[in-house]
Amino acid sequence: MALTKEMDRREFLVTTLTVGGGFALALTFPWNPAEAAANAARIPDKPWESLVGKDETEINPWLVVAPDDTVTIRVAQSEMGQATFTSWSKMICEELECDWSKVRAEYASVNRHFRENKVYRRMATNASGAVRISREYLQQAGASARERLMAAAADVWAVPRSELTVKDGIITHVPTGRKLRYGQVAEKAAAIKLPQEPKIKTPDQYTLMNKPTPLLETPLRVDGSVTYGMDVRLPGMLYAAAKASPVFLGKVKKYDDTKVKNRPGVQAVVEFGGADIEAGVAVVADSYWHAKTALDLLPIEWDEGAHGEDTSEKFLQMARAALDEPGAQVVVKKGDTEVALKGAAQVVEAVYELPYLDHAFMEPLNCTAQVTADRVDVWVGTQRPEEALLDAARLTSVPQKDVYIHNCFIGGGFGRRNQNDDVRQAVMIAKQLDRPVKVVWSREETTRHGYYRPMRVARFRAGLGPEGMPVAWINRVIGIDQNPPADPAQTIRGLHQVPYAIPNQLFDYHLRQTHVPTGVWTSVGRSQNEFYLESFMDELAHAAGKDPYQYRRALLDGNSDFQHAKAWVKVLDTAAQESGWGRKLPEGTGMGIAIGDGRRPGVKEITICAVVATVSVSKKGEVRVERFDVAMDTGPFLVNPLAAERQVEMQMVMGLAAVLRQEITLQKGRVVQSNFHDYPLLRATEMPEIRVHFVRATDEPIVGIGEEALGWVAPSVCNAIFAITGKRIRSLPLKNHNLSTSDA
Amino acid sequence: MFSLRINGKTYSVDVEADTPLLWVIRDTIGLTGTKFGCGMALCGACTVHVNGEAVRSCVQPISRVAGKEITTIEGLSPDAQHPLQVAWREGDVPECGYCQPGQIMAAAALLAKNANPSDADITREITNLCRCGTYPRIRQAIHRAAELAAKR
Repeated sequence: MALTKEMDRREFLVTTLTVGGGFALALTFPWNPAEAAANAARIPDKPWESLVGKDETEINPWLVVAPDDTVTIRVAQSEMGQATFTSWSKMICEELECDWSKVRAEYASVNRHFRENKVYRRMATNASGAVRISREYLQQAGASARERLMAAAADVWAVPRSELTVKDGIITHVPTGRKLRYGQVAEKAAAIKLPQEPKIKTPDQYTLMNKPTPLLETPLRVDGSVTYGMDVRLPGMLYAAAKASPVFLGKVKKYDDTKVKNRPGVQAVVEFGGADIEAGVAVVADSYWHAKTALDLLPIEWDEGAHGEDTSEKFLQMARAALDEPGAQVVVKKGDTEVALKGAAQVVEAVYELPYLDHAFMEPLNCTAQVTADRVDVWVGTQRPEEALLDAARLTSVPQKDVYIHNCFIGGGFGRRNQNDDVRQAVMIAKQLDRPVKVVWSREETTRHGYYRPMRVARFRAGLGPEGMPVAWINRVIGIDQNPPADPAQTIRGLHQVPYAIPNQLFDYHLRQTHVPTGVWTSVGRSQNEFYLESFMDELAHAAGKDPYQYRRALLDGNSDFQHAKAWVKVLDTAAQESGWGRKLPEGTGMGIAIGDGRRPGVKEITICAVVATVSVSKKGEVRVERFDVAMDTGPFLVNPLAAERQVEMQMVMGLAAVLRQEITLQKGRVVQSNFHDYPLLRATEMPEIRVHFVRATDEPIVGIGEEALGWVAPSVCNAIFAITGKRIRSLPLKNHNLSTSDA
Repeated sequence: MFSLRINGKTYSVDVEADTPLLWVIRDTIGLTGTKFGCGMALCGACTVHVNGEAVRSCVQPISRVAGKEITTIEGLSPDAQHPLQVAWREGDVPECGYCQPGQIMAAAALLAKNANPSDADITREITNLCRCGTYPRIRQAIHRAAELAAKR
């Protein structure tokens, strides 16, 4: 039962008494206007607000030209650290030939996207799609706009288009030397229809892409002005703290709001649930602190349903049992593995196990919503704004055209912010209130109500021939996934096309479904599949008594069936050479290697990546990654090598934190971990040196760069640990293993 | 009612004595550059200066900081030209950026007492978490800021 009362307007009691002198900081310097202008933010700090003024001209939905030649690019992707405002703008401006120093960028409107028949085509930020899926139509939008601007200038001068050139937004009539700026012809260009669309550049013709470009996003991020979802403030806004059923799929039995309704600032206590979100209760107040402290005191009785005794250990046992159950889905069957196994000189077998993982970004989940009878507004950082709009419309019965998703900057997504459960929850809460409400999840709530990376158990059995090369390969994977599975392809990707020359192969899998929410976690399956695939390859190399790098190389070189074998070898060689593979290392230090392309069924693009980890293990068993050498195929281009390198570094850090210490476990149906003390991130003191080696190994564009390196963190590190200690790591995280070699 | 000095201005706020400084800064005053990350002083996203010292504001009750000089990222420099901010831009340090105001505030407190910190000083003194792993760029930017500060 909800209670409401008039807001006490406490927030308006804040009064500024004096504006201080004494405001002198030792390290503050005089204003330098030129430098400040160069550093000025070119993205709105409230990213949903348009920068575009009335006198500017939209050439097409992707770009607007101002009379002073400023170009504003509409970005139909969410920015969560990839520097997508910069990359997206580069893909358009590569063709537009405008002055890069006059480029601004803002979010494309999700509402307009729906009103104008999906004018921005795809607004989801996932699946490495920003470049792979969008690049050609963005180049086309830039090229088309350029040609219309040129046609407008040709019209003004009554000369043929062929006599014009353009550079930095200045059009020149070559025979006479006359010039017109984009800003002067934009209005005319907007009315021009081209007889045919221009061809777009091929990667070898790029002049802007393929070069490092400083990030448009940076200035906003160093002075506190950038607005994340967490930072949204609206007139009259209330704050809510939410608590969902600690046991997944539980229900609210009852709660006693009389215990908190007289607490300071409390406005309402409301329920939420259904609509594909966990049921729960929220306290609404005039500040987050008032809401949170009241929620902590609110007596809530839960109906735990069927899952109050579940443990992650039980799921693990279920997965282990499934290894021997019939009816597995066969993905690969080649030759006769049983016969080949019988004839093998040596059989190697291993079972690998991986835990649930959370995304653990810095910005806890949050969403601000305002629901009225005829309009819904939602402010949120989401990777899927289109679904957010559909959800909000469905839950309120307000027409889609009247729903506004104001996308914000995102303090980390990593796949979690695809789910929009935060949006559905906030809309349900806002429906019960007559003003906007910002719902903030505590760190604990964010950790305990994730959409986790699924648990996995995988068994490998290989027969080696007399020379130690594999003649039989049997692999079965058990996925512990939600129902329906978050992404069935992630269970098999990479494993479904093992690139090594192995004549007899069988690969199958079982999916075992539970009620625990699972989702995608940066690299989508590769962080699991490549861990066991490339660890097991290392096991085979050692069983064969061969160098793990040379062993892989021989199996690739010898595989005439594999079209990318040469490219893999090139990337593998790069990683080995750059890392100094085989060099003498101090005692307790060693190297591990891993490679793959993480191919996904049904997607033709790949990104080949090889990682060498240089690791030390102390006598006490402490693992330290000294260095990662990451060799990565760029294909014919990278949009922004500067951003690409950072994306690779981020993946090394994310992957290493998971390898060392992260796991989500369940006891009594509840997630055990809650905050950074029991779900730790990588610390500065643990940061390895990361050397990224981009190499052009293929001629086709790659699948992407934002999640294409992470998969090889775990196997390279664990293979190095084996090289040092002789201990094979078949489950993670490492904190559950004792690697100590001293008696002390 | 508590009287607070934030970024050189005096505010009078009517909040309970145990209210963390973070939420007063963010919700009551409305300065959102200081971030909520964990609520347990584990991550440092909420770092501000109290009398020049780097402090994790999510666990500082307002009663303990009343009357002291508080500086947030918004008050570090009137024009975002603090040498750390200049160095941060030069090096394009941030990725997702959420932890960066806290990192910059922690770095500013360090530079104020140690004008030329070594790598070891930096990793010892700045324990803020960064999920994107910008730690090496943070370190470089602090060295660069020390250099800029010495020049100017």
